[in-house]
Amino acid sequence: MNLRAVQAIYMNEMQRFFRTILQSFVSPVISTSLYFVVFGAAIGSRIETVEGVSYGAFIVPGLIMLSVIMQSISNASFGIYFPKFTGTVFELLSAPINFLEIVIGFVGAAATKALFIGMVILGTASVFIDLTILHPVAMVLFLVLTCLAFALLGFIIGIWAKNFEQLQLVPLLVVTPLVFLGGSFYSTDMLPPVWQTITHFNPVFYLISGFRWAFFGVADVAVGWSLLAVAVFFTICLGLVARIFQTGWRIRD
Amino acid sequence: MAAILEIRDLRKVYDGGFEALKGVTLDIEEGEILALLGPNGAGKTTLISTLCGITEPTSGTATVAGYDIKTQYREARKLIGLVPQEINLEPFSYVETNLHFSRGIFGKPRDNAKVEDVLRKLALWEKRANRVRELSGGMKRRVLIGKALAHEPRVLFLDEPTAGVDVGLRKEMWDVVAELKEQGVTIILTTHYIEEAEAMADRVAVIRGGEILMVEKTADLMRRLGCKELTVELREPLAEIPAPLSDYDLELAADGLSLTYRYDTQADRTGIAGLMRAFSEAGIILRDLHTSQSSLEEIFVGLVEGEGEAQ
Repeated sequence: MNLRAVQAIYMNEMQRFFRTILQSFVSPVISTSLYFVVFGAAIGSRIETVEGVSYGAFIVPGLIMLSVIMQSISNASFGIYFPKFTGTVFELLSAPINFLEIVIGFVGAAATKALFIGMVILGTASVFIDLTILHPVAMVLFLVLTCLAFALLGFIIGIWAKNFEQLQLVPLLVVTPLVFLGGSFYSTDMLPPVWQTITHFNPVFYLISGFRWAFFGVADVAVGWSLLAVAVFFTICLGLVARIFQTGWRIRD
Repeated sequence: MAAILEIRDLRKVYDGGFEALKGVTLDIEEGEILALLGPNGAGKTTLISTLCGITEPTSGTATVAGYDIKTQYREARKLIGLVPQEINLEPFSYVETNLHFSRGIFGKPRDNAKVEDVLRKLALWEKRANRVRELSGGMKRRVLIGKALAHEPRVLFLDEPTAGVDVGLRKEMWDVVAELKEQGVTIILTTHYIEEAEAMADRVAVIRGGEILMVEKTADLMRRLGCKELTVELREPLAEIPAPLSDYDLELAADGLSLTYRYDTQADRTGIAGLMRAFSEAGIILRDLHTSQSSLEEIFVGLVEGEGEAQ
């Protein structure tokens, strides 16, 4: 294992993040505040509680998941796509490193950034409302697993993408709808039965449900299912990355 | 000297069926500068990319200091530095950070003194805190060389290092290469500027259509294939070559005012003395004369065209 290479890639990616630390910090704070003003105060005042939790608090896990998923994907996909775009990827390919080390470096950095932003949102949210986290360990576990799984997905998208449009395509057409329809801002109990059934095919629904359970002890599905869903999703992404590694698809002629 | 790079029957067939390398076998000696000459699409870059691990070979083997490039890629690649043809740099990154990164991914510990040394040698130390996009084209190319040298490789590949570089910078680049050679670095360079190979390379390998046509010491090649031309300018124009001169391989210019004589510098008798006597016998008065030696470029064009006719 060329640990120095992993470290070099990780630090190089993190430096890009530190260069724009203000944007990285300010934009989630502002967008979270806006969500609280709109959903928490304006709409939330007309909804009393959802499953015994005030609406303002109820949307916190969904909001964090929404940002963390989008951030993991965009950080990792951009991270690996950019060297392909500028041509600097030649150096990664000619270095004494294997694909696994490249993945750990890029995915690790992308997940770290997403985790940081998740924490910033949690901090901002706790300014607006009283939050008690019932299962902090499970909460962190869900968060870390989600960051890693979606950073892996982002990495795959970055390898696959041949231009900037494709880089935006999957997050826009697939991930955003899945996250919004996964119960970020509502309980599935509020949906008509048909949509409740459809929701159960949405992997993000299990993530948000499990994450919400870690906060409030209430969930749409049993927490075991949520853990299983994250694990399965993580394994699928890992398998795809391993396959890319074996075939050199879209990286090595 | 021992070969540091041994290439054996290396083949590369791309997915589309295009055979870019048709069984290349080549030994490169430690400490030499080898110029890889060939027209566009000859397989120069494919050969370099394959040796550096960017392209997978279809068959054949290659070793660097005894390490196989596929099965022992970590050891092999640590010994190799690559300067690509395109200026592949992240525009927003900083010069010094770039070198530290390259050193890191090649598994070397951080070494500020070493990076400073490389930057100073390439006259980039003053620019270490600049972003890449603020640099001139020549400086960017030197950053690429610096990145390739940051991990102290023993073999350096330079893929057209002076393409699109002005004359002054080109000379500067030659000096850099000469200094690297003095430090014992083996250098393989591809180039379109044949004077570059002539000026720098110990040996020249000519590649065309994915095959190595020949490998020779630059000096031997010049001697073996080198022809000299003697051009004689005349006081009075000639309508045709006079009879006493018909034994010589002469060419009369269209204006009749100059004659060109081609001769082999390696021959025992160049025939120049006889030609001079023949001139005076024929009563031709010379105004001036000069000689010129064919450059590697002409040799190369001759070789490639000759091969083309043979097919």
